[in-house]
Order: sequence, then structure tokens, then C-alpha cells
Amino acid sequence: MTQALPASKGRTSIAFAATAALLVASVVLSLAIGSRALSLDEIWRGLTGSDPVASAVIWQLRFPRTLLGLLVGAALGAAGVLAQAVTRNPLADPGLLGISSGAAVSIVAGTAFLGIGGGAGRMVLAVAGAALATLIVFAFASRSPEGLSPISMTLAGMAITACLGAVVSAIVLLDAESMDQYRFWQVGALSLPDPRLLWIGAAVALVGAIVAVAISGSLGALALGDDTASALGVKVGRTRVLAGAAVVLLSGMAVALAGPIGFIGLVIPHAARVFVGNDVRRTLALSALLGPLLLTVADIIGRVVVRPAELQVGVVTAVIGTPVFIWLTRRMRARKGA
Amino acid sequence: MRIRPRASVARAIAAAALVLLVVAVVAMSVGDRATNPAELVRALFGSGEENVVYAVREVRLPRVVLAVVVGAAFGIAGGISQGVLRNPLASPDVLGVSAGASVAAVGVMAIGALGGPIGLVPIPVAALVGGFGAAALIAALGFGAGFRGRSLLLVGIALSTALTGITQYLLTRMDVAGAQSAASWLTGSLNARGWDDAAPVLIGVAVVVPIVLILGHSARALIFEDDLTRNWGINGSAVRVALLACSVSLAALATSAGGPIGFVALVSGQVARRTARVADIPPILSGLIGAIIVLVADTASRTVFPVQLPVGVLTAIVGAPYLLYLLQRPRRGRGAL
Repeated sequence: MTQALPASKGRTSIAFAATAALLVASVVLSLAIGSRALSLDEIWRGLTGSDPVASAVIWQLRFPRTLLGLLVGAALGAAGVLAQAVTRNPLADPGLLGISSGAAVSIVAGTAFLGIGGGAGRMVLAVAGAALATLIVFAFASRSPEGLSPISMTLAGMAITACLGAVVSAIVLLDAESMDQYRFWQVGALSLPDPRLLWIGAAVALVGAIVAVAISGSLGALALGDDTASALGVKVGRTRVLAGAAVVLLSGMAVALAGPIGFIGLVIPHAARVFVGNDVRRTLALSALLGPLLLTVADIIGRVVVRPAELQVGVVTAVIGTPVFIWLTRRMRARKGA
Repeated sequence: MRIRPRASVARAIAAAALVLLVVAVVAMSVGDRATNPAELVRALFGSGEENVVYAVREVRLPRVVLAVVVGAAFGIAGGISQGVLRNPLASPDVLGVSAGASVAAVGVMAIGALGGPIGLVPIPVAALVGGFGAAALIAALGFGAGFRGRSLLLVGIALSTALTGITQYLLTRMDVAGAQSAASWLTGSLNARGWDDAAPVLIGVAVVVPIVLILGHSARALIFEDDLTRNWGINGSAVRVALLACSVSLAALATSAGGPIGFVALVSGQVARRTARVADIPPILSGLIGAIIVLVADTASRTVFPVQLPVGVLTAIVGAPYLLYLLQRPRRGRGAL
């Protein structure tokens, strides 16, 4: 884990204030930047409805997209903190652990065989798929000789991802239409398939967030080891199950809304810990702000770099996230001295 | 240096070759119109019913040959890298070499699909460049603390993930038909491929196998520490680099012909080691087993299901659980993870 900085009160509040300010700025940029750039004045008139063109661009296109980025970013950031805390694995991430691909294969299969397109059905599919993948990864990784080590979990996640990916390919290759939708969605993009999903997603995320906050104290104790945590009065098993459930809800929700976006859950908790130290509560809160910030900025970058086309946000986060992952791996090794 | 074949390895190679022959005969007999062995032999020599001759010589034979060479290339590549890196999980598909070859090949396809020059670079060349590029990146980023190790795997997996993301982005820039054929290729498919695709892989196998055999004795010594092998006059690092280069070339060429057929490289070497009951991974045996796996999977994928599934779907569905099994196996000796 990141160096335990004695997070002073001042440092913590500065980190929160700065992140919040940057988040507001990125939201404004997200409303302004696109194939038709809007000035601050136009944004204001668009928001209030006095400029019909700007109003349509903002309210129908960019506002839902920005909102989606905020929701998904916060969910993935929080899911990453929970996953890393509960597994004591600094490389845990819903994408790398195969949880996202579980949700993805479930949605694709549901769409192809059951005709479930959007709405609550899609959410149920995503969460069920994520839960199943989580169970499989943990069942296999915990039986490995090393236990739930970063390497065994990453490999189990890779195996699940590959296996499920093959199933998805088999489904979409048989059907040009679902292939056409799938290839855009699988990259991870902030384009909502169904507007109702935003509200369903917000509700699911809220449940996940409440669970996360409720167990965050116990998760902090879990970092000291199971025995110490039990001695401190933490119900270890229950905390694990609840944390797993929250991870499943948050990351399943994110996949249902925006496709499998990787690396946010990996990178954000480490960034948060640099500012606020190892305290799980504070890391969780700051990650819920940093996640949306990274996702919104990545989305803006994606809109700008290959104009007039767009680079899907999942590609941008992968390109940003891989070097961070490799850096973390090298640091882990350096610390072990292996 | 004289190569002494060990009895258990020789027996296993003979058995694997026999199995491969039987599977190949079956693969050439089944299809839309099944042929009996007598018909098959006649058709191979060009006599008999015209459409049977066509089916056998023009459709099934090239496909069987392609499956065999692609499978052999993956099998040898996987066996070599697992042996050199002393890690049963260190195969080109897990390490991201196949992903590197894929991204380069799809990039060339995308340039063609986007109105650029079609066939700017031949796909095998692009795949080789991509495969070696990925291998160089993994080496630069992961090797720091020595030539093996698990951090190498983590780096490889991360790199694969990022490269796959880029490949998926390229898919979104193509039209539906192009994207669908590229996606089928990315799953690993031998549909509608023939002699032209098999030739580069065949050349690769023909060049690499003698090198691997010449290095065979030194390669087997790699299971010992470098300090020890130096006394025997073996330069460990040089042998490793040469063997890894062979592995990367074979994996990249096989990927260019059949797409990144998952898990063949991972599984073949391990099966070979267990069949022959030896500590190292005999490359020829590993190649034969790879060939059997791909040929069986491809034949099943075109005959068992109502539609032609890409062969990679079958190998992944069978291979991924095997990876999970390898993962939870108790640690045995230094070579195990």
C-alpha cells in the first residue's frame, strides 16, 4: 500500500477542496467541449434555456453524458478502494479481477437470448454477472497455494475474462447487429443505451455507497490482519461479504451504464492515499471525488485528441492506467526486495 | 553437440505423432459430406467424385495443414517461454506477445478499411513487428530484477489489457463487415484460410525448430542456476535471449495466420511435460500437442455446432479453466508458481 503519510487535518481538507474545485471545473469543460465548442456565456444561456441550440446540445447530449461520468467514476473509484482493502491487494480492480467482464457477458447474453435491452433488466443482469464472476475468482484464487495474493487474483481474473470473452465473441460473431452495438460498448464509453438507466444506476450506486460507508471502519481494522481485526471486535466474515456485495453492486452498475471501463478502480485509490494516507474512510470519500474527476477528464481528452471522431473513454483510461499499474508492480517488487 | 533423445520423450513424441495422424485423417473425412477412408485416400490423389476431391484437396487439406502448423507454432512458442522463464504461466498469450501481434495486424486491417492503402504491410510482417515490440516492452519494464519472475506476468497482463483496449478501439473505426471479420480473427479463427496463410508459419517453424534442437541441450541446463551452467560452458543469458526470440517469432507468425488462438501456447507445454514425465518442456512434443489441440478444436468448431464457431472460442472455454487449475495446484519445486 502507499506510504502511510501522517495525514494532517490541513492536508486532508486541502486535498478535498482542491479535488472538488477541479471536479467542478472539469464538469464545466465537459459541458463546453465537443464537436461544437461553447463559451461560458453560451453554457449559461444554454442551461437557462435562452439559447435553443446551446440548450439542446447541453441538456440532451453533454449534461447526461457528464452526469453519467460522475456516477460511473465515483462508483468505480469507491469499488476500487473496497476491493483493495478487503483483499489487501494493491492491484485489485473490478476490471482486472474479471468482475466487469462477468457483468459484460451477462448483459450480452441477456440481450442476445432473452431480448433484454435496457432498464432494470439490464441492471439485474449486470449485477448478477458481476456477482458470479466475483465468486469464481475468489473461489479459485483463495485455493491457490499463495492464497489471495495479487498474482493469483490477477491471473484468476485474467482466466475468467478470457473465458467469458470467448463466450461473448461467440454470441456477437453470430449476429452482425449485436456485433455492431457491442464493439462500441465493450470499449467503455459514456453513451447511455437507455436514459432510464441513469436513475436505476443512481439508486443501485446509493445502496452500494451506504454499505461501503457502513463497513469502512471495519475495513480499516481488516488491514491489520484477520486476527487483530477480530480482536478489535470486527466481524471479519460479515465485513468481507458486505464489501464484496458493495463492489459487485458498484462495478456491475458501472458496466451496465458505460461498459467495462478499466483501471479507474486501480489507479484512483492509490492517488487518494497519497493525499489522505491509509485511512479507509477518507480514502473512500476522496476516491469518490477523484474517480469522477479522472473519468470526466479522460472523456474530454477522448473528445479532443482524434477530432472529429471520438476516442472512447475506456481506451483513454487504459492508456493512462497501464503505466500506473506497471509502476505499482515494480514498486511492490522493490519493497519485497525480491 | 549430440542430442540424445530420452526414452520417455521419444515414446511420448511417437504417441503424439500417431494421435495427430489419426486426428488429421478424421478431420479430413468429416464435413458437409463425410468421406470414408478409401474415398479419402483416392481423393487425396485426385481421383474419385469431383466434388469430393474438391472438398478434400481444396477445402479440408489446407485447413488441416494450417491448423497443424499454427498449433505447432503456438505449442513450441509456449513450451520455450515457459521453460526459459521457469514459470508454467509464462506463455506468449499470457505475457501479451499475442496481443502485440494482434494490435499491429488489426492496425494494418484498419488502415485498409479506412481507405488507406490496403495491404500496406503484409499481415505476418506487421504481426512480427507487433509481437517483438510487445516482447521488448515487457522485457524493458519487467525484467529489472532478473530474467524470470512473477512481476513479468503482471506486466504482461497489464500490457495485454491496454493493447486489447487499443485493438477494440480500432474495431470501432471500421465498418461493420470489416469489424466483424477482424473480431472473428481476434478470437482466433481458421475459417476461409488456406495455403497462403500457412506458408509464413511453416517457414517460421522450419527455421526455428533446428535452432531449438541445436540449443536443446543448453536449454535443458537452464533449469539450473547460471553460476552452475557457466562451469559447463553454457552462457545462460545468450541461450535465453535466443530461445525467447524464437518463441516470440513463432507466436507472432501463428497469430498472423490464425489470430491469437488463446491458451494453446499455455496448455501445450504443460501437457507435454506431464506426458513425458520430465522436468523440462520438450519443444517438439509441445509442438505436436499444440497441433493436436488446435486441430481437434478447429474440427469440432466446424462440425459439432450448427454454425462455424471461431476455434479460439473453444480453446478459451477449455483453456481458461486449465489456467485456473494450474493456479491452485500446490507449489512443487522451484519451477512452479
